[in-house]
Amino acid sequence: MIIAEGKPIKDILAMIEPYDKIIVAGCKGCVTVCSTGGEKEVGILSSALRLARQTQGRQLEIKEVTLERQCDTEYLEPLREYIDSYPAVLSLACGAGIQFLAEKFRKHPVLPAVDTQFIGVTEEQGVWTERCQACGNCVLDQTGGICPVARCSKSLFNGPCGGSKNGKCEIDSQVDCGWQLIYDRLKELGQLEKLEVVMPVKSWSTSRDGGPRKRVREDLKI
Amino acid sequence: MKAGSNLEKILSSGQFAVTGELGPPKGADVSVIERKAKLLRGNVDSINVTDNQTAIVRMSSIAVSALLIRMGLEPNMQMVCRDRNRIAMQSDIFGAYALGIRNILCLSGDHQKFGNHPTAKNVFDLDSMQLLQTVKRMRDEHKVLGGDEIEGPPQMFIGAAANPFADPFEYRVIRLAKKVASGADFIQTQCIYDMGKFERFMQMVRERGLHQKVHILAGVTPLKSVGMAKYMKEKVAGMEVPDEIITRMKGAGKEKAREEGLNICVEQIQRLKQVEGVHGIHLMAIEWEDAVHTIVERAGLLPRPEA
Repeated sequence: MIIAEGKPIKDILAMIEPYDKIIVAGCKGCVTVCSTGGEKEVGILSSALRLARQTQGRQLEIKEVTLERQCDTEYLEPLREYIDSYPAVLSLACGAGIQFLAEKFRKHPVLPAVDTQFIGVTEEQGVWTERCQACGNCVLDQTGGICPVARCSKSLFNGPCGGSKNGKCEIDSQVDCGWQLIYDRLKELGQLEKLEVVMPVKSWSTSRDGGPRKRVREDLKI
Repeated sequence: MKAGSNLEKILSSGQFAVTGELGPPKGADVSVIERKAKLLRGNVDSINVTDNQTAIVRMSSIAVSALLIRMGLEPNMQMVCRDRNRIAMQSDIFGAYALGIRNILCLSGDHQKFGNHPTAKNVFDLDSMQLLQTVKRMRDEHKVLGGDEIEGPPQMFIGAAANPFADPFEYRVIRLAKKVASGADFIQTQCIYDMGKFERFMQMVRERGLHQKVHILAGVTPLKSVGMAKYMKEKVAGMEVPDEIITRMKGAGKEKAREEGLNICVEQIQRLKQVEGVHGIHLMAIEWEDAVHTIVERAGLLPRPEA
């Protein structure tokens, strides 16, 4: 899923400074699962914003809503009913959701209440870690199911580099060396010979470097 | 001859090579380079010019290498994958060759987190292994990575690094084999303090016959103080300093620490000369260039051969 983190309240207050009425819009997708932008967080953030405004002696009217998703047109439709009564929307969805909402309601400034961070997993309750960088050209079959692009700090294809020590990365003793993980996993699988192969120069054209990406399936189009 | 550099001539004639290192200044002051170059002249066969090492902004390795050539010295230009993509790197390799540079050391590069611009975006379009392949392809196939023919191929003597002290240990020799397969003509190792471990590494190198395919230069760095030894042990990524070295440095006391550092270094070189498959040393006297002459002389490596 997509992992995000709430922005500091002072940054959000600065963003909504011109407005006395806003919609605070959550999303029931990824940001609910990572406890950043679901119904609960919409409630907590709205209370905090009202309180902060009260201490400034200013009114803030908030319409709280949590949409099924913000990355699909049909789930954004319910907003149409009342959005014109509010001059701005504060969204707790990921960057994709925030932008899609802004595209659909072009007269309204849509402000980000979260920072979208990465594609990751819930490693344990309250801990999320990165797994994928969406490079568009998966090599997990060759690397024991562990991604060198996302898990190596240098995205090396022929690691581990000289900075790998006791299983940790040179950037931080708390960060696992991605290539040590690959090594250990291939050893477990009895596939260490895969590490003897020089992995060739990668085409990054399927990654962000190729420009904004698009996928079309003609058979699904209406 | 692949490139005809001094370093290549010495190594291919079977003589024991000595390379030095010069860290470019954190600015445009050429006198810093002149001062360091003077101390290295006559003591080494080729001088590694670091490429923004530890991700601290310094004068570019290509410019310093060109300045060394003007001074009549031979550079070994280091190139890291952290700051440039394949377009910029290949372009700089053309430029480097045109300026007279004949040795190149292909590295991944320290992560920018260590340097003075930790908020920078890194590149790593290629990794060190892929950079080696690229330089080899440019030299031997006269083609850039994209496939276009080259007008005037850069005939470089190609180097790579090896760190026998990083983990996992048993993978280190495999990685070296991959570098050789990718095109490395010579290897310079990380600073060695743990001789036992290095000798075990070399044993594995010989078992694979790699010592006959590539010239290995063993890295040494003289210690200035017990503090430096501890720093190397604890703070420098992929470095191993055994306790016996720290004890020796401590035992020498503050007054004689530098002398003891030199003694250890010279003893190490003597021992390294005996290791089968070691074809030279890479002497990195970090901010202590005036130690180079003493070390090389005491190790019996002077005068340097005329290539």
